[in-house]
Amino acid sequence: MPALLKFGPTATLLAGAIALSACASKAPKELPPEPGPATNTDTNSGSLGPAPGSQADFVQLMQGSDTIYFDTDRYDIDSSDQVALAKQAQWLGRYPNKRATIEGHADERGTREYNLALGERRANAAKNYLVSLGIAASRLSTISYGKERPVALGSNEQAWAQNRRAVTVTID
Amino acid sequence: MKTAALALALASASFLAFPALAQEAAPSPTVAAQPVAGEPEGEGGLTVTVSDESEWQDLGIAITSFATDQDVPTQTNAGTTAQLGRAISGVIAADLRNNGLFKPSGPQGLPEVSYAQVQMPDYPVWSMRSADMLVQGYVRASAGGTLTVGCYLYDVALKQQLVKGGWQFGASDWRRAAHKCSDLVYSRLSGESPFFDSRIAYIAETGPKDRRMKRLAVMDSDGANHRYLTSGQATALTPRYSPDYQQILYLSYLNGQPSIYVYDLATDSQKLIVRNSNPTFAPRWSPDGRWILYSMATGGNTDIYKISASGGSAQRLTDTPGIDIGGSFSPDGSRIVFESDRSGSQQIYVMNSDGTNQRRISFFGGRAATPEWSPRGDQIAFTHIAGDLRIAVMRPDGGGMRYLTDSWQDEAPTWSPNGRIIQFFRTARNSGQTTIWQVDLTGRNERKLPTPVGASDPAWGPIRP
Repeated sequence: MPALLKFGPTATLLAGAIALSACASKAPKELPPEPGPATNTDTNSGSLGPAPGSQADFVQLMQGSDTIYFDTDRYDIDSSDQVALAKQAQWLGRYPNKRATIEGHADERGTREYNLALGERRANAAKNYLVSLGIAASRLSTISYGKERPVALGSNEQAWAQNRRAVTVTID
Repeated sequence: MKTAALALALASASFLAFPALAQEAAPSPTVAAQPVAGEPEGEGGLTVTVSDESEWQDLGIAITSFATDQDVPTQTNAGTTAQLGRAISGVIAADLRNNGLFKPSGPQGLPEVSYAQVQMPDYPVWSMRSADMLVQGYVRASAGGTLTVGCYLYDVALKQQLVKGGWQFGASDWRRAAHKCSDLVYSRLSGESPFFDSRIAYIAETGPKDRRMKRLAVMDSDGANHRYLTSGQATALTPRYSPDYQQILYLSYLNGQPSIYVYDLATDSQKLIVRNSNPTFAPRWSPDGRWILYSMATGGNTDIYKISASGGSAQRLTDTPGIDIGGSFSPDGSRIVFESDRSGSQQIYVMNSDGTNQRRISFFGGRAATPEWSPRGDQIAFTHIAGDLRIAVMRPDGGGMRYLTDSWQDEAPTWSPNGRIIQFFRTARNSGQTTIWQVDLTGRNERKLPTPVGASDPAWGPIRP
């Protein structure tokens, strides 16, 4: 097991801020939904962003930190993964009734069955780290898609690096 | 009619081969009923990329149109008995040609053979045509739609009959009679066990790489009689035919979590083999069909389990930290070859079928995955990963490793029933398109199988009775 770094609240905030500034130039993976009709303004308290506590809100606030990446055949949580997971934990801490599924994936350069097991192992590594940050294990489930659901479609190192991932998806 | 009554029954045990020729009155009719074939049949475009040069494979075999005593309509999709005779010869020629085994000629371009000549070949004609071997046969229609096919192999130089066989079958099963004749010829000339009359379960793939639909499908060993079993709503992976062809084990995302189901072909229904919130992968049958191996992940750690095919509680066979997955029984069921990354990378191990005496057998560098024990017991096929993924074989002691393919990504070998040919799937760079290929143990005869759409995870079933 990799050494699990415990973040205090301050450290978590700081880490989040660093991650935010580091990612500031990147476009968010998913654009927030278009402003809805007038009926939506109640829940959004006048804001035009996604409803607080929704998956759309999570995606928007994470700015890419909903996904952590792994080296070939590895499943350890490195320091940049720790920063991203701390950010996720912060959000999950703010919405204690929200549950999340962590989807584990592998790149295409492995056999199908092993990659299913590897994706499960990666998803569990992310889950265990979130639990170590104080998120109840009962709020987190895992699922592996092995190499069956790539996000980057090329057959090159860059695409494979993007596909070796664990994605946290909160359940609306 | 019997065929109709059996239309939903699986075509397994209902087809009998008569070792001695059913020349005249055949014993009580046995009618084989194929499950309703949803898809049209086709020969497809087969390609032989390399041809072998060993002696018996150079044999020139003339395959004549099978004759009939009476040209009458049949209930087959081939037409009358005479048309069926030509179609059967065509299937036999394709079987022998496409596997790079012989140099067959016919039935096109060869003299017509009369019904009376089937058992009295005109040897001088075939000598003049430089045929070494001659295959002749007949088709006869019986009352009730049953058909009888006779198959004869002659040595032209010796002017001698080498072997003969006869089969009765239902109309929808006519290709099986052709495959039985191919098997008879192949076995007699090569000394090997038959393999043509067998089926393959696989995953049919359609759509773009990031949203690909993966459906459970089945086909004959030559790609004919193709049929989809699942709709594609839930991703299906890694099927395995039961030894009696009644059921298929496979992985489905039907309930969200990847889980192993057993699909019953007679009733088109399926059930989970383990009720559990943990994901299960990599299902395998024991050779006698009484046991099921599977792998289950608990907290990210994957181990191999064994459960009776009739239910009950599972027995855990591995308990090391890491991923223990796959598993393939030796033909006698006493041992299991499997894959584990307990050493730090995927390698191949052998254990007794109760989980004892686990030891690593792959020590040749790179990673080694998806081991499959040959039905003959003498070889283990697997995927070797060292940059590219390639199909390789080794002895059960781990020695004698050699590659059979050299491509960008070949994986998941499955053995022909006689242990002489291996199918696997090949993934194309970038597009991720998948195709099923086969290669013989020399590594020289490699060809692509005809499938209507993309295809992966082939699982070859045993020879049919």
